[in-house]
Amino acid sequence: MAGLATTLGSGAMTNNIEDFKNAEVIIVLGSNPTENHPVIGMWLKYLARYKGTKLIVVDPRAIDLVEEATIFLKIRPGTDVALINGFCHVILKEALYNKDFIEAHTENFEKVAQTVEKYNPIYVEEITGVPAKEIENAARMYAKAERASIIYCMGLTQHSHGTDNVKALSNLALLCGHVGKPGSGINPLRGQNNVQGACDMGGLPNVFPGYQRVEVPEIREKFEKEWGKRLSDRPGMTLTEMVEAAINGKLKAMYIMGENPLVTDPDLNHVKRALESLEFIVVQDIFFTETAKLAHVVLPACSFAEKDGTFTNTERKVQRVRKAVLPPKEAKPDWEIIMMLAKNCGYYMDYKSPKEVFEEIRKVTPQYAGITYERLEAGGIQWPCPSEDHPGTPILHVGRIARGKGLFVPVEYRPPVDELNPDFPYVLITGRHYYHYHSATMTGRSELISRLAPEPFLELNPADAEPLGIKDGENVKVESRRGSVVLKVKITDRVQKGTVFATFHYPDSPINLLTNTVLDPESRIAELKFAAVRLSKVV
Amino acid sequence: MKLHIDGREIEAKENETILSCAKRQGIRIPTLCYMEKLLPIGSCRLCVVEIEGYEKPVPACETYVSEGIKIWTNTEKLKETRREILQFLLLNHPLDCPICDKGGECVLQDLVYEYGIEKVTLPKFRPKKIEVTWSTPAIKYHPSRCVLCQRCVRVCRELVGRDVLDIVEHGYNARIEPVRPENCISCGECLSVCPVGALTEKISPIKGRLWQIKRVSTVCGYCGVGCTLQLNVLNNTIIKVTTNGIPGPNNGTLCIKGRFGYEFVGSKDRLRKPLIRVQEDFVETSWEEALSYIAKRFSEIKEKHGSDSIGGLCSARCTNEDNYLFQKFMRAVIGTNNVDHCARL
Ligand code: SF4
Ligand code: SF4
Repeated sequence: MAGLATTLGSGAMTNNIEDFKNAEVIIVLGSNPTENHPVIGMWLKYLARYKGTKLIVVDPRAIDLVEEATIFLKIRPGTDVALINGFCHVILKEALYNKDFIEAHTENFEKVAQTVEKYNPIYVEEITGVPAKEIENAARMYAKAERASIIYCMGLTQHSHGTDNVKALSNLALLCGHVGKPGSGINPLRGQNNVQGACDMGGLPNVFPGYQRVEVPEIREKFEKEWGKRLSDRPGMTLTEMVEAAINGKLKAMYIMGENPLVTDPDLNHVKRALESLEFIVVQDIFFTETAKLAHVVLPACSFAEKDGTFTNTERKVQRVRKAVLPPKEAKPDWEIIMMLAKNCGYYMDYKSPKEVFEEIRKVTPQYAGITYERLEAGGIQWPCPSEDHPGTPILHVGRIARGKGLFVPVEYRPPVDELNPDFPYVLITGRHYYHYHSATMTGRSELISRLAPEPFLELNPADAEPLGIKDGENVKVESRRGSVVLKVKITDRVQKGTVFATFHYPDSPINLLTNTVLDPESRIAELKFAAVRLSKVV
Repeated sequence: MKLHIDGREIEAKENETILSCAKRQGIRIPTLCYMEKLLPIGSCRLCVVEIEGYEKPVPACETYVSEGIKIWTNTEKLKETRREILQFLLLNHPLDCPICDKGGECVLQDLVYEYGIEKVTLPKFRPKKIEVTWSTPAIKYHPSRCVLCQRCVRVCRELVGRDVLDIVEHGYNARIEPVRPENCISCGECLSVCPVGALTEKISPIKGRLWQIKRVSTVCGYCGVGCTLQLNVLNNTIIKVTTNGIPGPNNGTLCIKGRFGYEFVGSKDRLRKPLIRVQEDFVETSWEEALSYIAKRFSEIKEKHGSDSIGGLCSARCTNEDNYLFQKFMRAVIGTNNVDHCARL
């Protein structure tokens, strides 16, 4: 979430989920909450239906939420920056921006004002396919609202220019002063249940827990003292960089806990090659996953139902996870396995329970300092929570932007990297659907869920299906420059002409064989939402 | 604003109903169709109260407070009215509590018991009700047990936004049906709000009574919403997921994954023992063996190629405590900052 950390000083959701009720207008962009965050999807629907909240939905597909939307902008995939800059253009032109807020709380405004100058609605219509009139209407609706929020998700960040998308959105919110108030904010919805927590805990190559940078000497010293070890000051490699390093021989071994990159990662052939070139792999998981098949040692871990601990949800809320059942046979909770392994490596870790681990977390992570297991008995607490008498922080940036001043960052529209041409004329976008979750190692074992969603499909617009002679339910071969898979077709006008959609959950037809590993230069997120493909009927 | 309930002077808020005012003061008024998270419909009439000066009792769930009124919630007359309502509900409702999933936590069962109804007085002429049952992949409907409170209809319309269910036909044959079955997303919300056993789940083959099971509050292991839920455990097996009144971002609502996606926990395919690769095969091994082998290999590789030749992936599916220790291990023990996870995805 590199974008928001740069512009506001924190990459997390600015407001809490419940707070969406305070917004008059909500822009939902590159996010399909009905499928990916179902309970938030229900909440937004409720607000639109019963509380008069106006939704502006921006998506290449007519997602479910469109039914409740006041405005639906069906955008060409990968053209979000142009659209958002277009909004800014209209807001500036019509003087709907928040002068006082910009003066008091932001910097670099003029640069963005210059950049968006050329993004007039006509020009933006050409790029995005969204009619100029609608661009104007949406921009006005957002700017004129007393309180307005933005929600976005992977549809926006999984592009080679994903960080630009986020910065553009941040510009839009700052321009109108829609940050740091109830009902006003910018909210990235995190995908997996504890992504937020994994980041908070320093599961990132450049930061210790609490986003404290590894290069900063004082910070390193603090951790060296706490952990009793000299620590490296070199930021490490991201997952995608590790994949590269494995292939060119720099990375020799990997320790993989609870992840299955062999289904969820972009460009699977590439990842497979990388893992196969390693000398030594340890996989610690609850199932024998595709990734485990390539391991040298596989360790049996506990599921969420078999351990105590905490998860931090998408709204920064730390909540207690409680052990309900005993693990199968010799499986152990991950924290315990790591502790035992450390001991074998000659480093002494001694925690009697997750609670003791949490006490150490509090000590070194300023955002978590005031949270205790005892307090969590009464319900979750949202970080930052600096002291035990602090109630937690549902809304960030109140009164003052975390960074000091909100930073306007000019961004220009750049077309997606994977080029469309007569050989590869369709855009493939990928995503999740409601029934399954990630690589389906968990949902695939639910009889009900498997029955309701047994196989993947490719959504295809009727106007594209006809010339190809493809009928609903038939198989089609989908080929990108990187690989091919065969999928069953579902003909629907949810997707626009020229665009196809598929889900990535199924190990047997791994759609990520097709996707692109081109990375966003800052966030290092791969371009999963845009791949040029061709289609042919399988006979 | 001041008013009286059962002779007590009480401070009420503007724009609140008698029911919510009473509830705040700890005065219990029985309800059946009412649910705090749904719009009130005042259909079951169990929550009727008397207001001095009013001719007829009024439903507390739909009547707003006003200055100085004197409310009585539990007069003999009201008790009699409630008894009549319950008697009427029992005309169709079989007393099959021993075989009903809801036995032991059924609103009707509790009220019938509370109001001391010992037998059902059946009228002479009782038309035969047409039994139309249906089921979804997850849920079964038992029309004879249905009290037509419409909680399921309302939750599906109001909170889930799918409008699947509605009342069909009138009078004696009135019943709930999925009128837009194609909209159903098997979230199980309707099931979870049913106050009786009219909607039952078809997932778990094992059942347990409330007093036999353990309910453990925890957080859903799937998406980032982080819904809070209760795992219902019988003999070390998860047999159901509930949400009764626990605080959380979801306000008691769940999706199919949170409510029904728990089978993986008890799956036969779970890893049970450490495995070690011997040529192309994996063989089971002991923890000691596995861990000392890993420690040996990591230290050899570290020695030969340096700390930065080892990388670690922690997990968005593991707890904060797991992730914290994982990165601590990579940084303090291996000596590298090569730690990442799939958050980018
Ligand atoms: S399962 Fe969910 S969508 Fe289906 S009828 Fe019940 S509440 Fe509605
Ligand atoms: S119940 Fe559904 S919406 Fe809630 S956390 Fe689980 S997967 Fe997400």
